Amino acid sequence: MIRVELPPSLRTIAGAGDEVRLDVGAPVTQRRVLDALEAAYPVLRGTIRDHDTQRRRAFIRFFACKRDLSHESPDAPLPEPVAAGEEPYLVIAAIAGG
Amino acid sequence: MSRVRVLVGTHKGAFILAADGKRQSFKLSGPHFSGWDVYHMKGSAADPDRIYASQSRGWFGQMVQRSDDGGKTWAPVDNKFSYDGVPGTHQWYDGTPHPWAFLRVWHFEPSLTDPDTVYAGVEDAALFKSTDGGKSWAELSGLRTHTTGSKWQPGAGGLCLHTIIQDPSDPRRLWVAISAAGAFRTDDGGVTWKAINQGLRSQYIPDPTAEIGHCVHHIAMHPAKPGTLFMQKHWDVMRTDNAGDRWREVSGNLPTDFGFCIDVHAHEPETVYVVPIKSDSDHYPIDGKLRVYRSKSGGGEWQALTRGLPQKNCYVNVLRDAMAVDSLDKCGVYFGTTGGSVFATADAGTTWKEIASGLPSVLSVEVQTLR
Repeated sequence: MIRVELPPSLRTIAGAGDEVRLDVGAPVTQRRVLDALEAAYPVLRGTIRDHDTQRRRAFIRFFACKRDLSHESPDAPLPEPVAAGEEPYLVIAAIAGG
Repeated sequence: MSRVRVLVGTHKGAFILAADGKRQSFKLSGPHFSGWDVYHMKGSAADPDRIYASQSRGWFGQMVQRSDDGGKTWAPVDNKFSYDGVPGTHQWYDGTPHPWAFLRVWHFEPSLTDPDTVYAGVEDAALFKSTDGGKSWAELSGLRTHTTGSKWQPGAGGLCLHTIIQDPSDPRRLWVAISAAGAFRTDDGGVTWKAINQGLRSQYIPDPTAEIGHCVHHIAMHPAKPGTLFMQKHWDVMRTDNAGDRWREVSGNLPTDFGFCIDVHAHEPETVYVVPIKSDSDHYPIDGKLRVYRSKSGGGEWQALTRGLPQKNCYVNVLRDAMAVDSLDKCGVYFGTTGGSVFATADAGTTWKEIASGLPSVLSVEVQTLR
């Protein structure tokens, strides 16, 4: 089970709790996690990635294992602790504004 | 008994104000969609319990919310607004080509006859339509692919399509307005469009009478007189009596003809309301006095309406979609301010009352008359 933490606004939109658990087959990549997330919660489509390009929205960040994975390839394997369900994959609303 | 429901979109959520037909005491509910920009909410004339809301936020993009019970509960519908084909470019602020990119929905205009049909005006400027209650959206791309489309430039607020008006006498005819491209009309249900900016004069563009490039802030129409439209342009209040083929200025004795909102009395097609704003750099009323101006002659001669409105130290703005009228007798007029107040009159403007205060900055106000 992959553990995903969403920012509070998206938890409200999705009607999800603090943490979402998803079945994702190997290899576990950001693209496959986000595909599974959007399949489980279709209302999140377009809120994390652009509908058409599937690129990360500008003020969204992806963290895991104390690393910023936002600029990694969406098809690169996620760290093993994330794939093993030991560490969460964090979807972050970046600090923006004053 | 008649009732009114005032739909208020703000920078941090949506609020609903409800009152009986006397309109003396309003009950506030909300915030809905707390923390999100709600650029616009509008109810269907065919089913007043059907309301569409535009919910957006810089981090998460666009959501479209729909209520089928008059705003008590909401459910998201489709938020995918994909331009038809390869969208190409418009002009950026510096005149360079800039790829068309969807940012947000500025305005929803539900069909006059079908609750499931609704138009959406978006930034970057385009018109979308849903015929399934918002479950899917398709662009009416004849507007964006108008011969002038590649020359459209954004105004300070973005390249936004903010005004959509339906002709109650001809379902094929629509008017839209875009900042800062101008006004456009279709007579064939959105397939082809005509730029209708003759008579406009804008000193801030190289050719003040150009076919496009005019910063139209808002347009209003009385449904009984669909050939006559009133426009609040960046500067200048304008009217047309031939569906936009030719405009003429009716600013008359206004103390300033800069402003954003404009609306028409529900029962008097020649009675028009504006809120003059000092200038394009000072977005607040002259001398800190919040005054609505009313013309009973279709423009030209204007009268200041002040009773019940703050007449000192008021430095707010009233944005383009933040004024609306109900259809009760006497006509009610409502407007919201960037200072988070909503003011209303139940006697067509003679006296005003602050019916909400302390809200986040108000982006839009619509009112439903419920019988």
